[in-house]
Formats: sequence, structure tokens, C-alpha cells
Amino acid sequence: MILKNVVQKNSYYDSATLMLLSSKVGQHIGSTKQVAVMMGSDMNKDIMRASGLLGPEGEAANPNDLVFAIQAETEAIIEEALAMAQEILNSRSAKMEQQDTQVVKTVADAAARLSDPKLAVVSLPGKYAVREVKKLLRENCHVLLFSDNISCEDENTLKDMALERDLLMMGPDCGTAVINGVGLGFANKLRRGNIGLAAASGTGLQEVMSLISNFGGGVSQALGTGGRDLKDVIGGKMMGHCIRLLQDDPDTQVIVVISKPPAPSVMENMLEQLKQSQKPTVVCFLGGDESMDAQGLYLVHTLEEAACKALELAATGCPQELLDGHGALAAMAKSLRDRLGSQQSDIRGLYCGGTLAYESMLLMGKALGDVHSNIALESRLLLDGTAPSVGHTVLDLGDDAFTVGKPHPMIEPSLRGERLLQEALDPATAVILLDVEIGYGSHENPASVVAEEISQAKAVLAEEGREVVFVASICGTYEDMQDYAAQKTLLEQQGVVVLESNAQAAELAILTVSR
Amino acid sequence: MEQKLFGGSLSVINLGLPSFYDDLKRQGATCLHVDWTPPAGGDVRLIEILDRLEELG
Repeated sequence: MILKNVVQKNSYYDSATLMLLSSKVGQHIGSTKQVAVMMGSDMNKDIMRASGLLGPEGEAANPNDLVFAIQAETEAIIEEALAMAQEILNSRSAKMEQQDTQVVKTVADAAARLSDPKLAVVSLPGKYAVREVKKLLRENCHVLLFSDNISCEDENTLKDMALERDLLMMGPDCGTAVINGVGLGFANKLRRGNIGLAAASGTGLQEVMSLISNFGGGVSQALGTGGRDLKDVIGGKMMGHCIRLLQDDPDTQVIVVISKPPAPSVMENMLEQLKQSQKPTVVCFLGGDESMDAQGLYLVHTLEEAACKALELAATGCPQELLDGHGALAAMAKSLRDRLGSQQSDIRGLYCGGTLAYESMLLMGKALGDVHSNIALESRLLLDGTAPSVGHTVLDLGDDAFTVGKPHPMIEPSLRGERLLQEALDPATAVILLDVEIGYGSHENPASVVAEEISQAKAVLAEEGREVVFVASICGTYEDMQDYAAQKTLLEQQGVVVLESNAQAAELAILTVSR
Repeated sequence: MEQKLFGGSLSVINLGLPSFYDDLKRQGATCLHVDWTPPAGGDVRLIEILDRLEELG
């Protein structure tokens, strides 16, 4: 094996672009583990060193230098990979330059050129993001902060600055919002309507708003807070602001709130605020305490129920049609079970969306008992993500354990491939449960990626003379650019059972293994 | 400062992932992309010192 490092001085690219680039070049030369294209920060150098990809040239790189680190059998393969990487970066730069009338150098330039109201989507590395967000807030811009690795202290400072100015500061680690019909981050093309949502959960928000839109309702505004907002340390301050905005918005007639259970003190204040509302309010605290005092509010337990209840209260769409989907599941499960051997007993959930993984883990736990997971609430059920699965298992593949130095699986779903094959080959696996995210920000054709992986797994299983049941749901709308119907067809051609919601997919998996 | 967010148009500034900017353009949103590079050559300590000087100034 030959290792080569090439350093391009003073040449900044964002990490997500580089992770996707590394992944593409790696796939081209046959191993994603042998290619890293990264900025020369200390943390990146640690990652490259640990992977055996850092040579003396890379060691000497500065944080503003771009490092190409490639390992291959021959010099020719390395040169080919380098040429490919350069070509992708050059085409990206050329594309941005063509649009130069809309590309500016500083936050101040951008703010001066746009009219109010302004909102900034910030996805810079966490260590640089805070100072830019402060500048934006001083320019009276609302902010969606996608970046993570932001301290609680900084989160509080930014949110306090925003609230003093009556601005939104959604995040950190906020992936999704739709404001005045504009999708921000990972978002979906929605029908406009009278249901307003506030969520401390990215894919949870996407699932509920997409189901509302797909089943005939419409969304006025969809706001995010970032997952940490409802913890004691932040105190739910941005959720409180989001709820106030929706309560005061004349176009919002029904409110939906989605999150994991807030900290007790935060929950008390939040419920009090919601109970004051003149508008019907649906509350979905995934895994929340059934006995909490939520008089006057509509408590639901799944994301699908949140969408159905909102549609019903808004007197729009056809919630019953969505609920009716559950009616056929028992018969479907019976016929799927006939294809399984007696040893096949376990569900393996492989998720790109964190909240969807969490919802399935809860539903499976309630119906089947222990569910192991890298996001388990009980320490005895916690699974180191990279370790083999045990019994019923649900993995959130967007968790840090899987994504260090790699793009998030909603952007690059091929990261699921290796694990999918591993689970399919486990003799205990009965059902593999999946999610496919579509919409803005997501991969351009995610179903084709997973369909190819399933096809390969099925070929190996066929040699062993057995089958595994694949069940999936597509999180997104019928209007999304990836074409929902075409994505569904790609999955169904591989024998995947595709259902309208994650809750239905999880229920079918549960019924299939319940003998 | 009172600033009405809902009900009208929205201008969006993108700072970071170019793909988010591409999706804003695709939607026909009014948007600008900031071609951001780390200040002070990415040296976080030096950035902190610059910020402190700016605050003092």
C-alpha cells in the first residue's frame, strides 16, 4: 500500500462538502476507508492519524490548508483519485462563481443587501459558528443554527440575545424549519394551511408535517428549537418563544408541539403556557409520562397520532384514511411470517432519522420488552453502535459513533449498507426496519441506494436458502423533489413493504415477530 | 425590537453547506450565500483575542 498526502495551502471548504467528496472518491477506488479529504485542523489530523492516513506533509498542514490523504495499491490509483477530487471541487467552485451576484463575503454584506424579515441558516463548524450567529443577531436576523458542538453557555447567550431582540434562534443542532413556506435545512415541500408546529426534534417534525400535508392538511409555520432547549440547562426558552409566536399568528388555528419529555420544571411551565392557549393544541412527548396533568390539551403517543389529531382539530384532510392503514397490518404480518424460519425472531431497525429511531424503540419496547440501542434510555440496554446487535435492536446511524469524519446518513445513506448486510446475515434477524428521508437537504435518490443494498443482501440470503422481511416508511411529502411514488416503487421492486408512517412500519415489524 | 416574521416573504442568508443554498434557490426563495472562510487562518485562540479587542473597541 502506498500513502500519499497532498496539501493545498489556504483553501477552505466546509466539512460536509469534503465528507461527501471523500465518500464519493472512496467509493470510486473501492474503499471509503482509504480516502480522507479534510481541512488540516488538529481534530481532523487526529482522525486521519488514527486511520493511518496522515503522512508528514499532512502533519505539517494548518487549519486553513486542505489535505488530500489517499492510500492505494498503486500510484496510478492515487493519481486518479486526486484528479477526481480536484475535478469535483473545481466544478463546485465554478458553479458558485457563476452565481456570484448572490454570493457575498461577509454577514454584514448579506444583511445589508436583503430586506426584512431576514433569517440565516448557519451550518459552519461549531467552534466558528457562535461568533457569526452573534453578528447575525445584531443585524436583526433570525437564525436556524444547524451546527452542533456548541456549549450550553453559548446556547444560552445566543438565545438570550435573540429573545432581547424578539428573534428566533433555532438550535444548535436544529435541522428543520419551514417559515412562510420556505423550507430550511432538512425540510419538505408542504401544502400551506392552518396547522402550526414547534418541535425539539428534526425528523419528528418532518414526519408530522409531511403526514399532515400528504393527508390533505396544510402547515402555517414549522419551527425548531434544537434538542437541548427543553433540558433544565436551557429551560425551554426558545420553545416558549415559538409557542407564543404560533399562539399570536392569525394563520395558525391548531398548534402541535413535538419533543422527547422535557425536564420536569420545563414541562410544568410549558404545559401551563399551552393550557392558556385559545387554540387547540396537540402535545406529543415521545415516551412521556401518561399521567401528566395536561387538561385541555390533546396528548398523543406517536408522530402519526400527532398528525391525525391535528388534521381532525383543524377540520381538514382525511386523518381516518391514515389511521385506516393500521387495519391491514395484522393480515400482512401473517403472510410475512410464513416466509421466516423458526430461528428468525428479531427486529433490527437501521435508522438515518434519530427521532424515528427513538419512536420505533419506544413502540417495540412497549410491545416486545427489551430493545437494545445506541440511544437506549436504560444503561443495561445501551449498545455500543459499532458492536453486533443483540435481540431486538434499533440503531440511530446519525449518532456520533457512526458519523465521525463522515456525512450524516440523511445526506449519504450508503453508510447504512455495511450494517444492513451484517444484520441480514445474522440468523436471528426476522425483520429489518428502515426509514428513507426525502425533501430538501436529503440525498437526491436515497431509495436507489438502499434498494441496491437490499438487492445485494437478498442475493447472499438466497444462497443460504432463507429470507428476511424488509419494512420501511418514507419520511417526506408526495410533492418532494425526489418523487415519493418513484422512491416507493424502487423499494417495492426489492420486496420492501412500504408504509405511510414510521409508526405503521414499526407496528408491522412488531406483529411479524409476535408469534 | 419588534420584527414581524410571519405572513409575508422571507429573505434567507446561507452560511455553511452550499447544498442548503442550492435548495433555497430551487424553491425560488430570496437568498444569498456567504462565501465564508475561517478568520485568522482558523486559529481559534487568535479569533478569541480579535473578538475581545472588537468588544473593547
